[in-house]
Amino acid sequence: MKWLSIILAICIVAGAALAWGLSAPQARYSPEQWQALAKPGNAAAGRRMFFAGGCDSCHATPGQPDPLRLGGGLELKTPFGAFYPPNISSDAVDGIGAWSPVDFANALLSGVSPRAQHYYPAFPYTSYQRMEPGDIADLFAFLRTLPAVQGVAPAHRLSFPFSIRRAVGLWKRLYFDNSGLSPDPHQSAQWTLGRYLVEGPGHCGECHTPRGALGAMQPALHLAGAPAPDGKGKSPNLTPTVLADWSAADIVEALTSGFTPVGDVLGSGMTGVVRNLAQLPQSDREAIAAYLKSLPPIGEAAQKR
Amino acid sequence: MKRLALVAMVMACGIGGGLAAVDVIAQRRALMKEDGAAAKKLFDMNKGAIPFDLATAQASLSKLAGAAAGSPALFPDDSKTGGGTAALPAIWENKADFNARFEKFGKDVAAAIAATKDEASFKAAAPAVFQNCGGCHELYKAKSG
Repeated sequence: MKWLSIILAICIVAGAALAWGLSAPQARYSPEQWQALAKPGNAAAGRRMFFAGGCDSCHATPGQPDPLRLGGGLELKTPFGAFYPPNISSDAVDGIGAWSPVDFANALLSGVSPRAQHYYPAFPYTSYQRMEPGDIADLFAFLRTLPAVQGVAPAHRLSFPFSIRRAVGLWKRLYFDNSGLSPDPHQSAQWTLGRYLVEGPGHCGECHTPRGALGAMQPALHLAGAPAPDGKGKSPNLTPTVLADWSAADIVEALTSGFTPVGDVLGSGMTGVVRNLAQLPQSDREAIAAYLKSLPPIGEAAQKR
Repeated sequence: MKRLALVAMVMACGIGGGLAAVDVIAQRRALMKEDGAAAKKLFDMNKGAIPFDLATAQASLSKLAGAAAGSPALFPDDSKTGGGTAALPAIWENKADFNARFEKFGKDVAAAIAATKDEASFKAAAPAVFQNCGGCHELYKAKSG
């Protein structure tokens, strides 16, 4: 009996040690590696990445119209609890003004903070991980040019066990591949750009791909539509199951003005996304449309818009 | 017997009320659909995707004017759910703002009606009309699959 207790105790300790080890935050780059990889960022080019990524949709200070005031604090209600995206303004104390380029790269590419903690995947590094190092450097340079905003967002209010931040490391082991997009030599340059914008900075799948029980996107239903994370309706299916009767020009128009082929106007969270995408060059929206048109039709045919 | 009649009456009213709510949801959905079709014509003309036609422009603008005036009454308190509505609860939490937006929309449409004499004056006036669409849908309309 005594031996049994000892064995049990050893198992618990070993299990805890294993979980601790497996959940360790792993940043993709050391400062030296990043320095060797990324050229100095170009702020003007980073502006395009800012609007492709829609940073302001979550990080802009709520209740004011300027997308470039990134004080954070918007409440994101999810089934796991409420997230409050942080201040990412250039403020050295409350924002990310004191970060080094590699800090920023590891946040976006690995979901790891400068203090070596996991970010929750409400921050869509699951998509941003596919961004090119040069684009990350440009985006960081652009963020540096934006105004410093004081103030810190409230702490996330999550239900147990999601409140255990370290456990995100185990989630990453299951669902985070820490990789980029593999080249497809059979596709055009336009398609390749479109795929990059959709799957990387644009992070379309974060809302339009349904998630499983632990909140990971389901690859088999990629972009096939999903309940909106905030509960406000459904993010529609973007594959030809539903978009078959939209031309590429229709998609470009919807992403520029919000107008759909039937005279509806994209609403809810998509209004802000359109506002951001309208800032991109026309060729970027055309590339997104070309990629969406190339997707395999999957998922249910939702009601016609 | 009297009691039975009373129960029947109450039930009939309840069902009637429920039907009225579904009815008003169907009405506003139909109105919004016509609104969209009219807006689409105006939008395409403004873009140059279809040729400008003064009569079509004025007719479509009148349609929008009617929708702006008639819409607020189609969102009574008992029509928050059902009938496939994409209306968000925020409408009823911010009813004054919601109605004010329709009023502004109506004013912008009236200004466009007055200003539109030819293609150039239409294209100068139209953007102010379109600006109203997204603002309301962002706050008050759910995404629809």
